Amino acid sequence: MHGQPRRPKQPEDDAAAAAKAAKLRELQVQVLHNHHTYTYTEEALGLSFKLLEINPEAYTAWNYRKLALQHNLKELSDPEAIKSTVDNELRVVELALRQNPKSYGAWYHRKWLLNQKLAPVDFKREYGLLDKLLKVDARNFHGWNYRRFLAKFMGVPEEKELQYTMDKISENFSNYSAWHNRSILLSNLLIQQSEGFESKQKIFSEEFELVIQALFTDPSDQSGWFYHLWLLAQTSTPDNPQLISSWPSNGAKLSLCSARKNEDQNMVSSPSSICCYSLKEGIIPIVLYFNDPVKGLNPTNVKLNSDFVFDKDLQWRPLVITDSGYSNCWATYLEIRNKDCSTSQQFSVEVSIPCPDDIMSRSGSHCNCPVHFTFTIELGNNNDEAHDTDLFHDPISWSSSESFQSHGKPSCVAFDQLNITSALVQEESRWNLDRLSDEIDLFRDLPDENSKFAKLTLARLLLACAAIKSRGSSLIERKGYCEEALGFFSDLINLDPSHKRYYEDERSLVLMDQLTCDMETFMKYCSVQVRSNSATLNHVQLCRLSLTRIGFTERMLWVQMLDLSHNKLRSIEGLEALQQLVCLNISNNQISSFTSLEPLTKIVSLKALDLSFNEIGAHPIDTTRYMCSSPFSHKVERCEAFEECRKKSVNVEEFWDAILFFKSVNLVQLDIKGNAVADKDSFATVVMTLSPSLKWLDGTCIH
Amino acid sequence: MGEEGELAAEKHVRYIVTAEKKKDSFESLVMEHLRASGAYWGLTTLDLLHKLHAVDAAEVVDWIMSCYHPESGGFGGNVGHDPHVLYTLSAVQVLCLFDRLDVLDADKIADCILLQIFNITGLQNEDGSFSGDIWGEVDTRFSYISICTLSLLHRLHKINVDKAVEYIVSCKNLDGGFGAMPGGESHAGQIFCCVGALAITGSLHHIDRDLLGWWLCERQCRDGGLNGRPEKLADVCYSWWVLSSLIIIDRVHWIDKEKLAKFILNCQDKENGGISDRPDNAVDIYHTYFGVAGLSLMEYPGVKPMDPAYALPLDVVNRIFLTKQQ
Repeated sequence: MHGQPRRPKQPEDDAAAAAKAAKLRELQVQVLHNHHTYTYTEEALGLSFKLLEINPEAYTAWNYRKLALQHNLKELSDPEAIKSTVDNELRVVELALRQNPKSYGAWYHRKWLLNQKLAPVDFKREYGLLDKLLKVDARNFHGWNYRRFLAKFMGVPEEKELQYTMDKISENFSNYSAWHNRSILLSNLLIQQSEGFESKQKIFSEEFELVIQALFTDPSDQSGWFYHLWLLAQTSTPDNPQLISSWPSNGAKLSLCSARKNEDQNMVSSPSSICCYSLKEGIIPIVLYFNDPVKGLNPTNVKLNSDFVFDKDLQWRPLVITDSGYSNCWATYLEIRNKDCSTSQQFSVEVSIPCPDDIMSRSGSHCNCPVHFTFTIELGNNNDEAHDTDLFHDPISWSSSESFQSHGKPSCVAFDQLNITSALVQEESRWNLDRLSDEIDLFRDLPDENSKFAKLTLARLLLACAAIKSRGSSLIERKGYCEEALGFFSDLINLDPSHKRYYEDERSLVLMDQLTCDMETFMKYCSVQVRSNSATLNHVQLCRLSLTRIGFTERMLWVQMLDLSHNKLRSIEGLEALQQLVCLNISNNQISSFTSLEPLTKIVSLKALDLSFNEIGAHPIDTTRYMCSSPFSHKVERCEAFEECRKKSVNVEEFWDAILFFKSVNLVQLDIKGNAVADKDSFATVVMTLSPSLKWLDGTCIH
Repeated sequence: MGEEGELAAEKHVRYIVTAEKKKDSFESLVMEHLRASGAYWGLTTLDLLHKLHAVDAAEVVDWIMSCYHPESGGFGGNVGHDPHVLYTLSAVQVLCLFDRLDVLDADKIADCILLQIFNITGLQNEDGSFSGDIWGEVDTRFSYISICTLSLLHRLHKINVDKAVEYIVSCKNLDGGFGAMPGGESHAGQIFCCVGALAITGSLHHIDRDLLGWWLCERQCRDGGLNGRPEKLADVCYSWWVLSSLIIIDRVHWIDKEKLAKFILNCQDKENGGISDRPDNAVDIYHTYFGVAGLSLMEYPGVKPMDPAYALPLDVVNRIFLTKQQ
C-alpha cells in the first residue's frame, strides 16, 4: 500500500467498505471456481475482467484468461474473429493498466499476447499506449521495459531509439530512465561500430557536452551526474591491462637472512640482497601485479627459466577473496627441494611473458606489453644456523624501542630494487588528459559552488588525471592532483555528513597514493628492523593516519613487517598481495569480524598478527559474511574443523567464522585482547584447537 | 506505548496477529492472492521481535501445505491459486522459520526433491534466466527466488549455476546496478535480487562494489529515508532492499544509519501498530516487515539480526547451513 494517508476509521465508511469488499470477495470466488472447472464462457470471462479491473495483481485471473484464450481460439479460424478476440484482450490489459500502471501481471499479459503472434500487431496502438503512460510517469520502468521489448520485437534500429532518449531528455533533463537507456544504446552502438559510431572519442566528446548542459541547468539533479560518472569512467580506464609491479623485482637478489653473516652492526643488512623468510621452508612466491583485474595466466604463457630445478607445472593463482578467475594480483610458489646443500649456491630465475595476448581483462581487452625480468636466489650456507632462525624466540613487540636492537635506515640498494614506479607502463593518452583537463576547468566555473556532486566530480576528475600521470614520469603533477582532491574530500565531509564515511574511504585511498607514490616520501615510513638474533625485516609503519581502507599495495609487495595500528581500518582488502609479510599489526582499528580478515589467509608467510583492540565479536550484523568463503555462499561445503571443534563442545553456529579463519592461518604469535570475541568462553578453545604452532597468545608463552 | 522515537514492538506484534484475522476487509482481499508472502512478512517480523510463539506453528504449516500443488511442485499465493516461484519461496521461508522443512522431505527421496516435488529446475531457460511459472515471464527476481529456494533446500547443484550467474551479470548496468532483464533500469529491489543471488552462489566478484555502493548510498534522501531510484521519494521498503545490498557488498557504513532509523520509527502507527511507507500514511504488513527488518540490519536493540541474502533471521540461516547434515 503506497501513498495512502493514515486516517482514523469513520463509521459511515463501514457500510460502503463492506459492500465493496463483499463484491470483491464474490468475484474472487467465482473466478477461481471458473478456473478450476475450466469454464471459459463469455460470461465467465467477463467476471475475470471485472476482477482484474479492480485488482490487476490477481495473477491467477491472468493465467485463467490465457487458458481461456488458448481454449477459445481452437474454435476460431476466421482471421477477423481472431483479431477481435486479441483486441479485446489488449483492451482488458489497457483498463487494468489504467487502474495500476505498474502491474507486473498486466504488462506481462500484453507481452505474452504479442509473442503468440496471433494477429498483426498494431504498432501505432502500442506506441500510443506507451506515450500516454510515459507522459503520466516518465520514469515508469515497466513502460521503458515494454518499449525495449517492442523495439526488439519489431527490429527498430538502435539509432532511432537513441533519438527517442534525446527527445525525452530535451523535454526534461531530470529523467534518469532516459539517460540510462541512452547509456545502454550507446554502448551497443559503439561495440558494434555502427555507422557514425566508429570514433569513441567523437561520441564521448558530444555526450560530455550534452550532459554538461544538463548539469549546468540543474546541478542538484542526480540523473546527469550519474551519466557524467559513466562517461568519466569510460575515459579514464586503461585501454589494455599491464603489469605494473612484481615480486621479486627485476635484478633482485634473494637470500635467507644474509644479515646473519655479518656481525657488524653498522652493516645491518647486506646491501646486495633481500631476506626471504619463506626460503626457510623452501618456498619462494612470485607475485605479478596488473593495473586491471586479468585472467589467463598459466605455465604456457608465463615462462620460467632457471638453472635451478623445480617443478615445471607451476600453477598461477589469482590472489582474491572470491575465486573469480580475475585478479590484479597473481602468484605462484617456487619450491626449492634440494636446499640441504652445504655450500652456498646462486641461481638465477628468469620470468617472461613473451606473448601476453591470452591475458585478458574483464572488458575483454588483451595485455599487449611483453614482460621480462630476472632475479637471483642465494641459497645460504646452512651451517650458519640460518635454517633455524627463530624469529619468535621472543614475542615480536611493536614498540620499536623494546625489541629491536637497531633501527636502521633502509639500505639504498635493496630499496632501489623495489621498483615503486614502474617503467613498464605505456605513455599516457593525450586525448584523455585533454578531455579531463577541459572538464576540470568547466566544473571549477559551475555557479553553485556548494553542489556536492560538482565537488565530488572534480575530485574524481583530478584523480583520473593523477592515475594517467603515473604512466609517465610526472610524479610532481600527480601529487598536486592528489593534494587538491584531498581538499575536496575534506569539504565534502562537512558539506554532506550523511555520506561522511564514503568520503573518508575515498580520501584514505588518495592518502595512501600520496604517501607511497614516490621513493622520497615513502622512505619516511620505511625502515629495516633487526631482531635480537640479528634477523632483519623490511618494515613499513603507517600508523595514526586515519586510514579506513588500504590501497596501492602493488608498491609494498616487499614488506615483511607492516604496522597499520591506530587507524580507522574496517577492511584490509588488498593485503593479500603482500606475500612476504611475516608480521602484521592492525591493533586499534575498527576490524569487526574474522570474515573480513580472509585476505590474511592467502599470505602463507604470516606468523605474527596483532588484532588487539578492534571490534571483533561486537556486531551481530557481519558486513563481510558474503565477501568470504562460507557455507552460505556454497564456497565451503564440508569443513573438518567444524567437526573437530564440535567435539570440544564449541558452538559452531556461533564461532564458524573464527573456525574458518584459524584453520587457514598458521600463526606463531597472536594478540587479540580488547575484542568482544576474546571474552567468550569457547573462543580460546577454537584458537588452541586450530593453531598448533601458536607460541605467544596476548603476550603469554603457551608452548 | 513506546516513547517518542522508540520501536513500538508490542503494538506491531498485536497489529500483525490481529491483521491475520481480518480476512474480510477490502485491503486484505486485494492481497488475498499473495497471502503466502503475507504470512512470510508477518511471521518473520514476529520472529525478529522474539514473538514467533504467538502463533500456532502446526496451524500455519498446515495452511502453507494447503497452498501446495503436488502435480507441479510449486506453491500458490493462497488456497486455490496457481503455483508460482514467488510464493514457493515464501512458503519455504515460512517452513524454515518453524524448522519444519521436514514436511517437504516426507518422501525421504532427498535427491529427487526438486525434480519430483518442486520442479524448479524446469523453470530455468537456455540463457540461464528463470521464469516465474509456466507462462514464461522472465525477471531477475525469479533468478533470486529460484536460487534462494534451492539453496535453502540444499539443492543448488540441481541447476546450472554458472549459466544462472551469467544471465544475472548480463543485467548489470553502467551505474553498477541491475535491472529486471538485460537493458532494464537499475532499481533497488532488483539490485537486491541480483546481489542476493550472486552472494548465495559465491559470485560477488562480478560486482563493482565501490560503484554500486555509491549509487546505493546516494539513495538516502534528505529526510533520512531511502529511495529505490534516483530522484524518487523515500519509502520504508527500501530500507530492506538498499540496506541488505549494501551489507552484502560491505558498504553499509556509507549511509547515515541514525537518520534512517529515525525515518523508519517516524513511519510507525504508534496507536494501532504497524509501519507505513512514509510518515503518516496507512500501515500494512509489507512495510511493517521491511521497517523492522531494516532496523534489524542496523542492529537495533531488541530486534534479532537478519541474514541479508536469505532474508531470514540469522539464527535460522545458521541453523540450516551449519547444523550437521544427515
